[in-house]
Amino acid sequence: MVAWFHRVKAPLAKIKRDRVKVPNGMWMRCDRCREIIYKTEFENNARVCPKCNYHYRISAMERIGLLLDEGSFQEFDRDMVSTDPLKFRDTMKYKDRLKKSSKKTNLKDAIVCGAGTINRHRIQICVFEFKFMGGSMGSVVGEKITRGIERAIHKRVPMLIVSCSGGARMQEGIFSLMQLAKTSASLARLSAAKIPFISILTDPTTGGVTASVAMLGDIIIAEPEALICFAGPRVIEQTIKQRLPDGFQRSEFLLEHGFVDTVVHRKDMKSTISKLLDFFGNTIFEKES
Amino acid sequence: MQILDFERPIFELEQKIEELIDLSQKGDVDFSEEIKKLQKKVKKVRRDTFSNLSGWQKTQLARHPDRPYTLDYIRFMMSDFIELHGDRGFADGNSIVGGLAKLEGEHVVVIGHQKGRDIKEKVFRNFGMSNPEGYRKALRLMKLADKFGKPIITLLDTPGAYPGIGAEERGQAEAIARNLREMHMLSVPVIVVIIGEGGSGGALALGIGNRVLMLENAVYSVISPEGCAAILWGDGKNVEDAARALRLTSNDLLRLKVIDEIIKEPLCGAHRDSKRMASILRRVLRRNLRELKLLSPDELIRHRYEKFRMIGEFMD
Ligand SMILES: [Zn+2]
Repeated sequence: MVAWFHRVKAPLAKIKRDRVKVPNGMWMRCDRCREIIYKTEFENNARVCPKCNYHYRISAMERIGLLLDEGSFQEFDRDMVSTDPLKFRDTMKYKDRLKKSSKKTNLKDAIVCGAGTINRHRIQICVFEFKFMGGSMGSVVGEKITRGIERAIHKRVPMLIVSCSGGARMQEGIFSLMQLAKTSASLARLSAAKIPFISILTDPTTGGVTASVAMLGDIIIAEPEALICFAGPRVIEQTIKQRLPDGFQRSEFLLEHGFVDTVVHRKDMKSTISKLLDFFGNTIFEKES
Repeated sequence: MQILDFERPIFELEQKIEELIDLSQKGDVDFSEEIKKLQKKVKKVRRDTFSNLSGWQKTQLARHPDRPYTLDYIRFMMSDFIELHGDRGFADGNSIVGGLAKLEGEHVVVIGHQKGRDIKEKVFRNFGMSNPEGYRKALRLMKLADKFGKPIITLLDTPGAYPGIGAEERGQAEAIARNLREMHMLSVPVIVVIIGEGGSGGALALGIGNRVLMLENAVYSVISPEGCAAILWGDGKNVEDAARALRLTSNDLLRLKVIDEIIKEPLCGAHRDSKRMASILRRVLRRNLRELKLLSPDELIRHRYEKFRMIGEFMD
């Protein structure tokens, strides 16, 4: 399985250094195309470079802000925390890693879950937070997703999961692996109950998360150029001792090979989901809750 | 035959005993006292070594090249095996084998990862690391079992799913994810046995059962100790620390309630007596099958769901 701090293109240190070089803070240099872009334009474009279309990573709360109707989000299980069941320690204690991530993100673990509306369609939603230990899935993430799915079944509303994760959380050992089984089990029930599940894949979606919830959507939508894979590019390169071609394991590659339904620009994501919810007949679900 | 470092003292003693027996038979000198003493000693060394194996030592045992593999178990404990090939889409998927067989007179579908013994077979089996087709074939056979009401037995023994270009192109993640979901919908008894290496998602893709059993010296983990050491410690030197930290032994996993039962191996490990190991496993499977047959199809699905629903540690 892939490391939770999966190395992706666009190293952050570089971005920061270049930003400093550009005067007066109203402008920034795009890390991808190296063009100077106007910050406000960048923010208004949902943090996508207006010049090269590079989709910068955004936080779970920013994602919720982009997708859900204003003021509609109601969070659940916000205070659920890991108990460090293995008392795991590598070069640092897992407990300390959790504290550090918590401080950085103001979250208790790597996912935000709740209910809300998208153009007035009621939904349940879970969004991974990559800044919290690489969005890795341990017991808390697995349990919160499972509860989200159970709420979707109970309330009969569609389920949305936005993935952004390096995979399983090694510091929870076998428990993290078992979250793949647990979340997939509840998706089996969701499917049997004929409740739609829309899976949205963002950069990066790798390892155990791809090999469970991410790939099980009735509809699977990817943001452009996102890394989506089981084994990460570095692991494959080490195994086959070969450089991988450009664009390998990116959204467009998965589209070509038949593993995602569609690739959608971030600024069109809400309207696309809204159309899907129209199709699935959200009102039927609403009536029964 | 490969001898692991911690096995060496045992082998040396055994060899000495054999030499002495040999000498006694040839000459007039009586070594019986000496032999008795050594036999006592080797017994103690065996017990001391094997009652106290570390996570890393068990990892080595789990990967031992003489350890019985899926096809060995099928040969030793089942009859009338008909192997069924292919995912009906792209390839056979020969890192995983499966088919119809009889266990103690009862028809079952048996599926397991398959490693190779000699170089040629190792390559043919891709070292037990499956491409998507292996998982898709496995699911096809499970659905066959489901359709015709036959119990399913899966044997887990893989370093992990294969990280290759073709595997990614053909949807490794999708194949595994689908198995994880669909195995929760099977209305027949499913018994999972970790017989060797339970390597991450590639193992779990056959690992959703009403019973999850584990051989004493098998390991089951989210990542290999080598992989974990490389990522978290920054180099491959800390494999022993990583193996300990991951809690991948059968004792650990029973305590963490991830497995239901530990299956005792012959002293010194399954690789020293494959037939005996298979006969122990056969008895354990028979008992578990008998218990599961008391459940209705709906109960089996619910039972499996609740078993996995419960796994995880957190605070609300
Ligand atoms: Zn750009």
